[in-house]
Amino acid sequence: MADESFDVVIIGSGPGGYIAAVRASQLGLKTAIVERDKLGGICLNWGCIPTKALLRSAEVYMLMEQAEEFGLSAEKIGFDGKKIVERSRKVADKLSSGIQFLMKKNKVSVIEGTAKLAGKGVIEVEKDGKAEKIKAKNIILATGARARELKGVEADGELIWTYKHAMTPKEMPKSLLVIGSGAIGIEFASFYRSFGADVTVVEVLDRILPVEDEEISKQAERAFKKRGIKIITGAEVQKLDKGENSVTVHVKTKKGTEEITVDRVISAVGITGNVENLGLEDMGIKIEKGHVVVDKWCETDVKGIYAIGDLVGAPWLAHKASHEGVLAAERIAGVKDAHPLDVTKVPGCTYSHPQVASVGLTEAKAKEAGYKVKVGRAPFQANGKAIALGETDGFIKTVFDEKTGELLGAHMIGPEVTELIQGYVVARQLETTEADLMAAIFPHPTLSEHMHESVLDAFGRPLNF
Amino acid sequence: MPIPVTMPALSPTMEEGTLAKWSVKEGDKVGPGDVIAEIETDKATMEVEAVDEGTVGQLLVDEGTEGVPVNKVIAVLLEEGEDKSALDNFDPEAASPAPKKAAEEKPEPKEKKEAKPEEKPAAKPAAKKEEAAPEKPDGKRIFASPLAKRIAEDKGIDLAALSGSGPRGRIVKKDVEEAKPGTKAAAASAGGPSLTPSVDPRAFFEKGTYEEVPMDKMRKTIAKRLTQSKQEIPHYYLTVDCEIDELLRVRKELNERAPEGVKLSVNDFLIRAAALALKKVPEVNASFAGDSLLMHKHANVGIAVAIEGGLITPIINKADEKGLAAISTEAKDLAARARDRKLKPQEYEGGGFSISNLGMYGIKNFTAVINPPQSAILAVGAGEKRAVVKGDELVAATMMTCTMSCDHRVIDGALGARFLDAFKGFVEYPATMLM
Repeated sequence: MADESFDVVIIGSGPGGYIAAVRASQLGLKTAIVERDKLGGICLNWGCIPTKALLRSAEVYMLMEQAEEFGLSAEKIGFDGKKIVERSRKVADKLSSGIQFLMKKNKVSVIEGTAKLAGKGVIEVEKDGKAEKIKAKNIILATGARARELKGVEADGELIWTYKHAMTPKEMPKSLLVIGSGAIGIEFASFYRSFGADVTVVEVLDRILPVEDEEISKQAERAFKKRGIKIITGAEVQKLDKGENSVTVHVKTKKGTEEITVDRVISAVGITGNVENLGLEDMGIKIEKGHVVVDKWCETDVKGIYAIGDLVGAPWLAHKASHEGVLAAERIAGVKDAHPLDVTKVPGCTYSHPQVASVGLTEAKAKEAGYKVKVGRAPFQANGKAIALGETDGFIKTVFDEKTGELLGAHMIGPEVTELIQGYVVARQLETTEADLMAAIFPHPTLSEHMHESVLDAFGRPLNF
Repeated sequence: MPIPVTMPALSPTMEEGTLAKWSVKEGDKVGPGDVIAEIETDKATMEVEAVDEGTVGQLLVDEGTEGVPVNKVIAVLLEEGEDKSALDNFDPEAASPAPKKAAEEKPEPKEKKEAKPEEKPAAKPAAKKEEAAPEKPDGKRIFASPLAKRIAEDKGIDLAALSGSGPRGRIVKKDVEEAKPGTKAAAASAGGPSLTPSVDPRAFFEKGTYEEVPMDKMRKTIAKRLTQSKQEIPHYYLTVDCEIDELLRVRKELNERAPEGVKLSVNDFLIRAAALALKKVPEVNASFAGDSLLMHKHANVGIAVAIEGGLITPIINKADEKGLAAISTEAKDLAARARDRKLKPQEYEGGGFSISNLGMYGIKNFTAVINPPQSAILAVGAGEKRAVVKGDELVAATMMTCTMSCDHRVIDGALGARFLDAFKGFVEYPATMLM
């Protein structure tokens, strides 16, 4: 391996890095990927995938509890926290080995160890105290991010958790306080609530899921409150008093200070890029607010060194990282059709119960941008499939530019909306107008029919409600 | 009611300009003819005068703003008796074609119910229009997104005139938004060739080894127009050597007897010679107009003037009717004002023929790019002593090589040759310019 030379070396094998490696290799570049831990990064081992496995357990459990409603009988319904976690870990392991296979299939050299930039075109990889150097014409930094820590709320893995601890609980807490109501916080709140924990969510802004459309936030808050989740918005955690097996959280609200005692606290207040110990500063790579600064092609100030995914900033989403991975690889290979990322075309999903998904501008953002908008809403109460599923909470909202008919944004809350959003993503990518969406035929009976209804409603002609 | 002041079109080709400077501030009283702002176009800086009387209520465009489209509202004047509160409910943009404006959106449900019959049922007519796939003049299908088609229709843009930046050249929203309203296929390149080179030169050089200097309006115009000229006009070139000893002798004689302040240059003679040649061979003095030729009645001769950051070609109108002294004085004045970027558009636009003289830099011979809508340009080299054969003798003579670039759509080879012969005649026998 020593002194081996590559066209591209990727540091980090998360959903940004491994996708960049596959694409680079497809384009005929001699490619290597360096990983200090497990292939697949956080997404696959400690993020997206294992949490989805956990949430599936929660969903099945909730359905079992509702068995009677469906004419079924289920007795002695219960759960085994350890086995739920075990299943989640198995799912992650399976996928990690899947990536191993992908790398082999695409002839990507996998190098285990911790990488560091060591001069122009040179990467030093350290493993077990031994360091070796490899040469790279181009480098893609894809080292991802980790949980941001609030002062005074540093995770200890026992009483105070980050997402990582929350994913592998030794036992199910009876009560829980979640700081932060972004996708991660809300998903864990939803998960633990499903298994009976008393859950409180504290959000510093005035609404939960603050990046979503306001109406979605409102509907989500209603739905979670209905499930018994306590939500405190416009509130700040001031300090924590750790007890033997509990924590007392001092929350400053609009009304005053509240003390809440819970078994565990989950801190989910955002992330910060893994920019340290990579030798970035020595190479003259600019870092701002914990993230690497890149141009629209994901290239840093240093020619030939690219950075992608969480490392470069919001939106912190695996699919955004993957897209940037493809972009950087294609840019390096000189592919003509490569296009910079347009964040208004990046969908966002929250896998709570109910689910939330969106793409494009919120109604408020669209108006702020000067658009005269037409807005459609289609409630799932009027959708046959949703009624049959027994999940009628939620709606689909669409925002159009009145002048051009451009679909500016779509916002959904309700059953399986994370699987529905792609329809609008494709619509936005292809630049369809309301005319095409209205002319499209949606299958009946499906939840997706309501995507059609929402579009029709925006132009004053809904057919089913 | 407040009076909107819009970005004026200072020349027929002006599509946008830079608001270089405000000469008034909010609250100032102005009357018709008062200078309110300086506008920098692609070629010159010009003053904008107020048309109406009033008080400046609001300046809507900051000084130094580039690319302000013609007809965009740049300021609002208040009429007598009005104060600033009159602006509260006044929407200056209503008078402007600028597409986006902040608009109040009332709670949705109401509007929905109101779906009035006259409200554009957006789906139907649009769907109908979008059904037929647009075609290029050669019958090839144009790939464009539905949104791009809709915007193109609104803006009156012919999709056939655009090239797409989407996958496989698909025309997408961005392409249409960047196109100028009224872009037509026939005049495809009037919208301008792309200024972006197909290969990004940055790919070849390491960052830090060069300084990236943004192009100003003049450089961009030069880049655009000359690229367009070379892509559109079938250039060909005719070269002739002129002996100018006699011309130099006459020049010396005239300058010795010239009135105070007049000093004729060789170029002044060439301008007159070209003008007279245009009169003698008038078919050269024409512009290509697609399905017709514009045969110019006057011999308007442009002279290329190098100025800081670019060049400009002011025009000596009716040069055939002017004597050498008049030409000389006018040329000096135009060149001086060109260097100060103070020319009026009518002083550099149009013309039928141009002369570009690099003789003073010791250039022996070169070819120039035709400056549309003209059909020919004469590139003049240095006058130098050369050994020439006269009869059977080898003698020294002062020779000057001239190369004419011709638009073959207008000027065929024999025609161009006839013109050059006439030109050479006037140059070599300057006394004939008196006839």
